[in-house]
Amino acid sequence: MLLTAREVHKTFEAVGGRTAVLRGVDLSLDSGQSLALTGESGSGKSTLLHLIGGLDSADQGQIFIDGADILAMDDAGRAWLRRGTVGIVFQQFNLIPSLTVASNIEFQARLAGKYDADWVDVLIDHFGLSSQVAKYPEQLSGGQQQRVAIARTLASRPRLVLADEPTGNLDEETASNVMDMLLSLVTEAGAGLLMVTHSAALAARLDSRVHLRVGQIE
Amino acid sequence: MIAVTFAALWGHWWRSPLQLFTLLAGLALATALWSGVQAINAEARASYDAASATLGEAQFDRLVHRDGLPIGQDTYVRLRRGGWLVSPVIEGRIGDVRFIGLDPLTAPGGMAPIGLINMNDLQGFISADGRIIAAPDVLLDGVKFDPAIAPGTAIADVGTVQVLLGRRAEFDALVVRSEQPLGQASLEDIAPELTRRVAQSGSDIGRLTNSFHLNLSAFGLLSFAVGIFIVQGAIGLAFEQRRGTVQTLRTLGVPMQFLVLLIVVELLWLALIAGLIGVGLGYLIAAFLMPDVSATLRGLYGADVVGTLKLRLIWLASGMAISIFGTVLAASTALWKLSRMPLNVGAQPRAISVIAGRGEKAQVAASAVLLLVAFVLGLTADEILTGFVLLGALLIGAALGLPTVLRVLLDGVAQYSRGVIASWFWADTRQQLPGLSLALMALMLAMATNVGVSTMVSSFRLTFVAFLDQRLSSELYVTAEGPEQAAYMVDFMTPQVDAVLPIMSAQVQISGRPTDVFGARDHTTYRDNWTFLTAGLTPWEDVHTDAAVLISEQLARSADLQVGDVVNIGQQPLKIAGVYADYGNPIGQAIIAESLFKTLFPNVLALRFGLRLPLEDVDAFVEGLKSEAGLPASSVVNQASIKAYSLAIFDRTFTVTAALNILTLSVAGFAILMSLLTLTAMRVPQLAPAWAMGLTRWKLGLLELFRTVMLALLTGVIALPLGLALAWVLLAVVNVAAFGWRLPMFLFPWDYAQLGALAILAAGLAALWPAMQLVRMPPADLLKVFSNER
Repeated sequence: MLLTAREVHKTFEAVGGRTAVLRGVDLSLDSGQSLALTGESGSGKSTLLHLIGGLDSADQGQIFIDGADILAMDDAGRAWLRRGTVGIVFQQFNLIPSLTVASNIEFQARLAGKYDADWVDVLIDHFGLSSQVAKYPEQLSGGQQQRVAIARTLASRPRLVLADEPTGNLDEETASNVMDMLLSLVTEAGAGLLMVTHSAALAARLDSRVHLRVGQIE
Repeated sequence: MIAVTFAALWGHWWRSPLQLFTLLAGLALATALWSGVQAINAEARASYDAASATLGEAQFDRLVHRDGLPIGQDTYVRLRRGGWLVSPVIEGRIGDVRFIGLDPLTAPGGMAPIGLINMNDLQGFISADGRIIAAPDVLLDGVKFDPAIAPGTAIADVGTVQVLLGRRAEFDALVVRSEQPLGQASLEDIAPELTRRVAQSGSDIGRLTNSFHLNLSAFGLLSFAVGIFIVQGAIGLAFEQRRGTVQTLRTLGVPMQFLVLLIVVELLWLALIAGLIGVGLGYLIAAFLMPDVSATLRGLYGADVVGTLKLRLIWLASGMAISIFGTVLAASTALWKLSRMPLNVGAQPRAISVIAGRGEKAQVAASAVLLLVAFVLGLTADEILTGFVLLGALLIGAALGLPTVLRVLLDGVAQYSRGVIASWFWADTRQQLPGLSLALMALMLAMATNVGVSTMVSSFRLTFVAFLDQRLSSELYVTAEGPEQAAYMVDFMTPQVDAVLPIMSAQVQISGRPTDVFGARDHTTYRDNWTFLTAGLTPWEDVHTDAAVLISEQLARSADLQVGDVVNIGQQPLKIAGVYADYGNPIGQAIIAESLFKTLFPNVLALRFGLRLPLEDVDAFVEGLKSEAGLPASSVVNQASIKAYSLAIFDRTFTVTAALNILTLSVAGFAILMSLLTLTAMRVPQLAPAWAMGLTRWKLGLLELFRTVMLALLTGVIALPLGLALAWVLLAVVNVAAFGWRLPMFLFPWDYAQLGALAILAAGLAALWPAMQLVRMPPADLLKVFSNER
């Protein structure tokens, strides 16, 4: 199993005491599979994604990625995992404003020591970014920026792709195109995809779907 | 990983060249002012050390006369016969040149000039012709130049210098060789009038001028602090704008510690580049100021300092170190915050007001503590170090409190504003304040320093002019070349003038302090013109009963003496009848009656005289003195010339201060410009809605300009009392501790108004460029704000 989450709990400090956001979440995902994580605002979707991505630590439970328990890792270990094994696509793109489109796409692959110029060219071509490579992120539209963000994630050939509302800022048509590309490339690379979304239509295009309600999988 | 991460971080600077320029320029300017001052100090100290080495003061004990009188040749001969391995030294000035005479055959080998005299020179050196070896800056013909000799100095055989100075058969000191034979006769038996002065590290002149250099260093440090405000602003902004990049890098797998390390390396590189530029600029500043410093030190302390600069490793290293220190200081808070930033928070830059708001309480608390420390020190400080701690606490405390004071003022004004645009303007200004606060702090410090230092200097000048009028009451001053000429002159002059007032002095110790004691004739000139800081009812009458002495303020303060106390001059106990001001003199002074002086110092003869005569007779008298008494023109000086010369020295003394004042104010103006320019881009999202709702770009530009000028004006109003407090500390604490005199403080409203106008002009000019950028901003750029809204 590529991803396994067991009894994951997470609470946050809030006015009036601690609030439980995740209450014993269990989840699993195989290589080459895609899973939609849906739920209302505040149900804990993004928190779970951050925990799986090693961006935050849980209060209790275990999360295994390729057999390694990331909750038991220190900061450096999680950073290593994010460099090589996990790729994250954010709703806000999170591109590096000081780098060109080409440098942004190559960035994570170079960081992980997996840079493959041919594969990057394929991605640039596939996402229709050939004429944009010398531009900076601020010179691109929202849809273009999200395509750069996805290309960057896929350039390092991660074993697991985590996507947090990747088309949330895009219009319907652009969102559909971006999703087509994401799904085809994830499938082609044999990676696993866990995607947080509000959209029932998008969720329907993935292999399976789980719904999170008040911190628990329904 | 290093290369790609570094590229991502560095990319920020290439995309924000103005920010990079601000950082480098701020740091370079701060380093320049600091290292410029250090260069001057290093050069001056090197000159003192060279001068000290010339006479071997740091290496060898010396025998000197207890009363500061010359040592006779017979005494020297007696000592040599008694087994003392001593070598004679004589020193004196002819014009601007300091002549030192020594005996190369008996002088210890370690004395610096001895090493310069090789065997070929030796014969010429001790021959009747008397070869002279001089520093390259000495303007003498027929001498051998050697750069190793202290500036303004010439050395020759002791016999040659005795002839040149007209002091045959006498010396100023006898240098004692390190190795002395056993069984030599005791000094008390052979020459009881002599005392042995032990070798001391560091030169006397170095110690004497320490306070001057400390003042310069303090000014350099203040300028550095103003520069660091710019750097902190630039680094804080850069860190804030890179929060997103740092967050993204971390989410992509770059460990935080690694990122912090890379940022530190990046900052050290920038510090190194800025440091090199700063040291170069510092060299130019120092080279520009050095001639004035040199003249100041010569005029005020009699210290010869070369007027040109050499590259010295010590200040090069000090410049680089201060650049790195400044960067670390400016970046430490931002770096610490960044290193503690959680990974999963929003990556967008926050509004500066939000960042600043959180620190305001801590800043106000720090300000209150520092101002309290300043208040306590203001009541208690009596040393130069505590004086500077007081200055530091006062300035930093006030600077930290400035944003809050401005915010309260703006809140007050906002309450009375009418109309929607006015309400928006004041609210927007309040929000802008945190982003501008560092630059405004820099402006306030620069203005307060200007007010403080100019008040001190102008107060000093007024006092000094009055002091000169009081002290230089004789219409003419003449100097004889020797005792015989002096006696002839007195006979010649006495029937032609109202009074001849001899000026004679000797160096003594009073309460352990080196003091110049003067003998004063009983004459109304003194009674009519001298004023006292404190005195009995009839001070001059008391002096002339031979039972009293008048002392200078420096001596009174340093030895804690008061009117009515009794001091000894030689074996003679004397009651203090009065304390008088004596500005510009580094050591203590005392005045006793002429008759007593002649009893105590029978060997000291008056060679200088003050002459009282009607002003209209001066020219005719001078002509007669030259033609009939054969006195050269250079020996006669009228009162006006001395006053002009003294004031020229005074004004030159503060040329350096004035130059540093202007430089500090310029740096503050630069801080405002850079803050506004870097904020311009961040202002667009705040201004775009106002533009969309109907305010024209012109009006927005004008409001931006008005805002900056208004903030500068408010800052100036706050800087004025701070500057006056600074002046008070300089006059009542630092000056007393450094020089031993306290000056009255005067106010100069017109000067302050001019300074305020200059500061507002600087702020206005600084705001003009960003305002014009706003006016010319294409509507498309303003619209982007809305297109990016999500």
